[in-house]
Formats: sequence, C-alpha cells, structure tokens
Amino acid sequence: MRFILRRAGFFVLTLWAAVTLNFFLPRLMPGNPAIAMMARFHGRLTGQALASLETIFGVNTHQSLLSQYWHYLGDMATGNFGTSLFFYPSPVGQVVRSAIPWTLGLVGVTTILAFILGTGVGIVGGWRRGGLIDSVAPPLLVITSAIPYFWVGMMFILVFGLKLQWLPWSGGADLAATPGWDAGYIGNVVEHAILPALALLVTTIGTWTLTMRNNMVTTLAEDYVRMARAKGLPTRRIMLDYAARNAVLPNLTGFAMSLGFVVGGAILIEYVFNYPGVGYMLLQAVENEDYPLMQALFLLITLAVLVAILLADIVTAVFDPRTRTA
Amino acid sequence: MLEVSRLSVEYGTRPGVPVRAVDDVSFRVGKGEFLGIVGESGCGKSTLLFAIAQLLSDPARVTAGTVAFRGANLVALTDRQLRAVRWEHLSVVMQSAMNALNPVKSVGAQFADAMRAHGTRSRATIGERSREVLQMVGIDPAHLASYPHQLSGGMRQRAMIAMALLFTPDLVIMDEPTSALDVVAQRALMVQIKELQAELGFAIVFVTHDMSLVSHFSDRLMVMYAGQVAELGPTRKVFDHPRHPYSRGLLEAFPSVTGPKVPLAGIPGAPPDLSLPPQGCRFLPRCSRAVDECGARVPDLTEKDGTLVRCLNTF
Amino acid sequence: MRLLRAIAGNAKAATGAVMLLAFIVLALFPGLFAADSPTAEAYKRNLGASGAHLLGTTGLGQDTFAQAVYGTREVLEIAFGAGLASTVLAALIGVAAAYLGGLWDGVLSLFTDMVLVIPLFPLLIVISAYVHNSGSGVLIAVLTLTGWSYTARQLRSQALALRSRDFLAAAKVRGERAIYIIVVEILPTMISLLVAAFLTNALYDVLFASSLQFIGLGDPDATSWGTMLYWAQNNEALQAGFYIQAIVPGAAIALLGAAFALLNYAFDEIGNPALRPVRTRRRLWRGPGVPGGIPLGKHSPRSRSSSLGTPAQSSGHGAPAAQISPGRDRA
Repeated sequence: MRFILRRAGFFVLTLWAAVTLNFFLPRLMPGNPAIAMMARFHGRLTGQALASLETIFGVNTHQSLLSQYWHYLGDMATGNFGTSLFFYPSPVGQVVRSAIPWTLGLVGVTTILAFILGTGVGIVGGWRRGGLIDSVAPPLLVITSAIPYFWVGMMFILVFGLKLQWLPWSGGADLAATPGWDAGYIGNVVEHAILPALALLVTTIGTWTLTMRNNMVTTLAEDYVRMARAKGLPTRRIMLDYAARNAVLPNLTGFAMSLGFVVGGAILIEYVFNYPGVGYMLLQAVENEDYPLMQALFLLITLAVLVAILLADIVTAVFDPRTRTA
Repeated sequence: MLEVSRLSVEYGTRPGVPVRAVDDVSFRVGKGEFLGIVGESGCGKSTLLFAIAQLLSDPARVTAGTVAFRGANLVALTDRQLRAVRWEHLSVVMQSAMNALNPVKSVGAQFADAMRAHGTRSRATIGERSREVLQMVGIDPAHLASYPHQLSGGMRQRAMIAMALLFTPDLVIMDEPTSALDVVAQRALMVQIKELQAELGFAIVFVTHDMSLVSHFSDRLMVMYAGQVAELGPTRKVFDHPRHPYSRGLLEAFPSVTGPKVPLAGIPGAPPDLSLPPQGCRFLPRCSRAVDECGARVPDLTEKDGTLVRCLNTF
Repeated sequence: MRLLRAIAGNAKAATGAVMLLAFIVLALFPGLFAADSPTAEAYKRNLGASGAHLLGTTGLGQDTFAQAVYGTREVLEIAFGAGLASTVLAALIGVAAAYLGGLWDGVLSLFTDMVLVIPLFPLLIVISAYVHNSGSGVLIAVLTLTGWSYTARQLRSQALALRSRDFLAAAKVRGERAIYIIVVEILPTMISLLVAAFLTNALYDVLFASSLQFIGLGDPDATSWGTMLYWAQNNEALQAGFYIQAIVPGAAIALLGAAFALLNYAFDEIGNPALRPVRTRRRLWRGPGVPGGIPLGKHSPRSRSSSLGTPAQSSGHGAPAAQISPGRDRA
C-alpha cells in the first residue's frame, strides 16, 4: 500500500512538472511566439480567447512571473484550458473531449492486445528454445522495431487501401455517415479502425515479444525453475506459474516505460490515417499554432501515460509480493 | 538403492569441443546411507548431482553411463516416467533457498504444488502434511503463508529441506545446502539433517566443498577432481588416511582447531582445462608424488584397503 | 582484436556492421554515388524509376536517388550526434547519482524518473512547435535534452553494482576526486553498456527525428529522409500513385534503423550467451529448453561464441525493459 501511495505521489509531482513545462516553454523560446500569434489573430479575438492567450504567454498582463504562474496553476487545476484558436470559439475542454473516445478505442484496445499477444508469444518463444518462434522471432522483430511507425501505416494504406481496396484508410468513419449507436455506424467505425489498428499492432508488438522472450530465457536459468522440475511438476505449470510469472514482472515495469513510445506511434498512425483522435488533433493544433489546445492535449497525454503506469504498478504489486513489503 | 555406473556429462558450448564435466563416474548408495561428495569449485560435483536427478539443462547432457534407481535407469526415462519418481522417491535440496524457492509464491503454495503434482488433492491433507514437515524442521507452521523473502536464510534452508521430505523419499540429494549459511547455522543444519535421517531413514548424497564439515556426518566420502572420482571409501578411512595426493592436499588445507599448529599448505596450480583434458592423470601437474607412468594414461580406480583410489602412487 | 572477432562471428552483428558502414560511406562521399544534385528542381516531376533517374523524381522535380544519398549525411549526423550526446549526458547523470549516493542520488534519480515518464514524442512535438523549422542542430539539441533518462537509469543500476568494488575504494583512498573516479575508473568498466545505450539512442533518434520531419516540424528545405517523406505526403504521392517517393525514404530509415538494432541485439547476445540461438541437437533432449524433445536432425541457426570464458555479469540491455541481472558464478 505504501508502495502505491509513493507512486501516486510521484505522479502528481510529474504532472505538476508537465504543467510547469507547459508554462515555461513558450516563455523560453527564442523570438516570442506570442507576438507572432497576436499579429495573426489580431482583431479576431475577443474576451475569452484573448485571455487564454495572455495566460499562456504572459503578454499584456502586468503581473509578475510568479503570480502568472500561480494563476496558471489555478486554471489548470480547475480545468480551465481556455478557448481553442483553431476551433474558435469552442472551449478547449470541449474540443479535446470529442477526440478522446476515438483514441481510447483505437490505441487502448490495440495496446492491450499487443501487450497480451506479444507477451504470450514471448513466453512460448522463450520456453521452447530452438523452436520456430525462438529462431525466427528475435531477428525479425529486431528489424521491424526499426521501421518507423508512420511508414508502416503508409505501406498499409498503399497495399490494403489503394491497391487492394479492401479497407478504408482515412478518417474515423465515413464523412457522410451519421453518428449513432446503430449497427451501421458502428460497423463503419470498426471498418475504418482496422488498418490503423493493424499498423499500430504490428509496430508495437515487437518490443513486448522480444523483451518477454529475453526475460523468459533469463528466468529459465534460475534455480527455482530447476527446482520445479525436480519436484515433478507438470510442464504447463512450470512454464506459467514459475517461469512466466516471474519473467513478466520486469515486462510490466517496461510496459510503463514503453508507453511513451506507444503514444508516439499512436500519434503518427492517427496522422497518417487522418484518424480523429487526440494525436491527430495535437498535430492539427501544432500546424495551426493553436497553443491553448496544444498545451491541453499535451497534458492529457501525459496524464494518460501516468495513469497507465500507475495501473501497471498496481498490477505488479498484486503479482509480486516483494514489492508489497518495500 | 542408487547405482551410478560410468556416468559422463558433457557441455556442448562449442561445436567440436565438448567439455566433459563428469567423466566415467561410478558409485553406489545404500539404503539410509550418507554419502558425501567433496571437491573444489568446477570439479563437476554439482553437475554430477543434477545429472543423477535428470535436472541438466542446455547445453549440458548425459553422454554415457546409467543411473539405476529403484530398478530403472533414470537416464533413459521420459519426463512422464520420471515424474513418478520425482519427489516421491528422489528429492533435491539446493544451495541457495533464496534462488531455489519461487519468489512470487508463498511457501505453502509451493508445498501444495508438489503434493498436487503427485496426486494429493485434498486441501486438508495438503495442509496437514505441510504443517507436519515444517514442524519436523522446527519452523512455526504459520510460515506457510510467508513468502521466501520474508524468512531468514536459515529458515529458508530448513523450509527447503522440509519440502524435500514431503513424501519421505528414499533418497535426498543435497547440493551445498550449507554454503550460504554462517558457520553456526551450518552445523545446526547438519545436525538437524542427521536427526531427520535417523528418524525417517532416507539416504543422502551431499555435495560440498567443505570436507571437514561433511566428514563429521557422512558414512562414506567421495573425492572428485576434474570430473573424475579420485577417491571413494568409508569416511573415517578417507578422512584419517587419505591415499590420493589430492585428498591429502585438501585435508591439509583445512587447519585443525584442536591439533598442533602447522603451516597451512595449499595445493599449487589449478585444475586442468576440461575442453583439452590431458592424456594421463589429471592431477599430475600439481602432484608431489608423480611417477613416470602417471602421464601415460588415466589411472584406473583400484581398491586399497577398503578404499577406491585413482592413483598409481598412493600414500 | 576480440571485439572484431566477436562481431564477425555473430551473423547479426556482422550484418548490422556492414549496413552501417555502407551508410557511413554514402554519407561521407555522396558525390561518388549520386551524379545529380539533390536540391535542384531541374527535372520533370513525378517520374518513375528509369536509367536516368534510378529512383525517379519527386513532386518538385528533384532526383529521388540523389536526395536519398545526400540525405544520409543529415540522418547520420543526427543519429551519431544526438546518440552520443544523450549517452554522455546519461552517463554523467546516472553514474554521478550512483556514486554520490544519498541526497544527491535521491534528487538526481527523482529528476531522471520524472523526465523518463513524461511522454517523449508529444514533448518533442510541443518543443518543435515553438521553434519553427528545426534544423538538424536544433533536433540534436532537443533529442539530447529529452532522451537521456532511460539510459541514465540503466547506467545508474550498473554503477550501483560496481560501487562496492575494491578498485573504487582504492581510488578513493588514494584521494582522487569524485569526478575523476567517475570518469576514469567507473565509466571504462561499463563500456559494453555504454555502447549498447548509444546504439539504442541512435536508433530512436533516427526514428524520432524523421518522424518530426515527416509531420512538418523539421526544416522543410533540408535534404533528409524525413523531409522527403514530408514532401511525399504533402504532394499526396500515395494517392496519386507515385509510390516510389514514399517507399524509398521509409525503406532507407528502416534499413539504417535495422543496422543499429541488429548491432544492439547482437551485443546483447555477445554479452549474455544464454540469449544466443540454440544449436543443432543430436539426440532426444529434455528440459525447459524443449519440453517433449526435439526430433533427431533438427537444425537451428548457429552462432559462435567468442570464447568459453564469457564474463559472469550479464546485462539485458538494448530493448527497453530488459532486466539487468547481477552475474552469478556457478561452481
């Protein structure tokens, strides 16, 4: 329990660091981006939007840096992210909320799937040294891990979308379709999700498989596995209960660290497939210099990663009794 | 009860250059007997142990010989057939309980694992027997719920021994179970093991590098060098009058607390590289009693006054 | 020397090394391979592969092959520049934390963990957004400042294991200052981990940099594989059927990345023999290696070890999340 509390505390701290980063970055950049922005949107902004710009960049406010910072923290804490510039006049919070379900569906499901599949294949691969998986997988996966995510996406579009014309490759659903909880729309959504999901799966599964297999190999050399054989335990039980259960633990911790890369990959995949999720929106915000939106999305992504890591830590604590006494 | 015949084990790490860690080893263990196997690091004693229990893993494998136990040759048995023998008649105690016990399962769960694998399903029986064996080694049965890292080193080791006795096997193989403990705990553990043996009647094959420790408790002593049996005989004979120059060297390396002060004599040199074994006696480069024939071929094990010795010029 | 022999003996390492060397040669002497200028928009647009233009031309009328060849330089600059810099930074912070211990360790480790946990790519995007048109220099700086944390953690673990060793105590007793001990005594012992860290960092820097360029946050006038993809995407090359413009730069990135990844993985195997591919069996063999046994005569890829005397310490480095386990001596 103390372990969990400590981790939670750490995450609050990191979140604060991310917020602070958001605050200071624009102020540290050479050539005040604020001025350029103000010039661009001059005359088109009023009240709310202007205020958020001022909060972000600290222009035209006659407050000290410290009080600006305090103000900013307060805004963040109450969820006041200001008004979007690109989607003017919608408030940032609203805009963000529309993108979340798409990303949650695509990235969430795919990541969990990749983790489970990858870990499973890794367990079998590590167990059966010299078997098919063990010989083929490592070099194959080493190479695939070097392929840029977005390129895989582009190749998928090329082959399955353009050449074979099997699946749609742009957008979350057909533009003409009306959103609703009916089978037609849902089917449409799923159809549009297949290619991006596959691209994401293909690129992320490699890491899980490889590290799990390596961990299995190291674990299998441990004395307690030999002891399990000595006791005459059935093979399945040794593989799962003694080897895999121990081998998976460092993988869980790695899950946390790799999440950063998964997020990066998701952003690129969404971009390539025009999938209307959080990542795509982030890039749109960047392209259109919609800084309030961009900062909010950055915080959201950071928060999501932190939550995922915390969950992984909880799972680790459940499965590894050694952490509980720490 | 256990008869090891001309057993050889090779490590195949490099193609074409096998390392024979265990070379043509033969010995017998009778019912209820305590056999100690001693030798320096790398002499093959642990490998021998694992080979007997069929616990070798890549890249080690048995290349010759048989292990006759309860009427069957263990080397030739399949995993399924071995399962009937494992733990019920032959169990193993390893060097470091911290490494030999699964860190993510409670002690009780690991006991239960073993019992369920051999047909005991009833939770009551499992619990009862678990508590019984723990009490035998002097551990509070409440520790069945503990995880290995929560027990002290000595307790862990005793828990391992308790686990080995779940089915009151005929033979328990122990690989340096005392090496990870301090001197006081070592002796206490040895005494406990001996008591249990007297009570339950199982045979013990005990591997260690500490000759003086095991000699107080063993019935017979086997000295290994470079993968071969150097000397094998009743403990008192081997310990009091070692015939092989290596055995004598080993003994003289241990100072006596009670005897007269003598300068410590080590054995100069190092064991041979087993990937390129010499043609003659393997101890030749370090031997003070070598004669010309020693380098020609490996000496056979010959009997001298009730002890088997592999030497042409014994003491 | 032993290293070269080890590399030559390991198929993966050899392949990776050869590929990397090829790219380095391309970067150093682009003129030898590509006759055309990469930036001149002198040709007809969107041509396919032909004798005159080995890989066709881009949407702006540039020779794709020349672009790919000349682009190698920038990519390698970033890979080696950022890779080296972040490894050095990680080494200083990680080892300092391990060596200084106490409060310093606490503060540095906390800082490292915080940087580690903040998602890298979004951060890169945000920073690049403020700095428009990041050239390779900016990219290197940004990648270095954000990418050192994982390696720092690994190195700290390794250094902690070394901390109690005698040769360090000896140096301290001699009166050497902390920075001397860190740089002269500790770091050389961790060479293999440092090399692996560099390779990993180089790989990810290549991927991140080209990703940033792809989405338009790099300098669009630069000659680099990432920017080639950016223009391909901009000109809707895929949709219009000019596949080669999209395939070539991506393949180049993949190949360079694969070179780093192969070298990295091979270093892992060289250091930890347990991970090497399993060899031919000649009998029925049991054990957790193969439950049930392998039938006679089955082959598996062979790999030769550098020597029987491999170091007892094994470390799983390279791929994220591989554990570092202290070595154990078997009697």
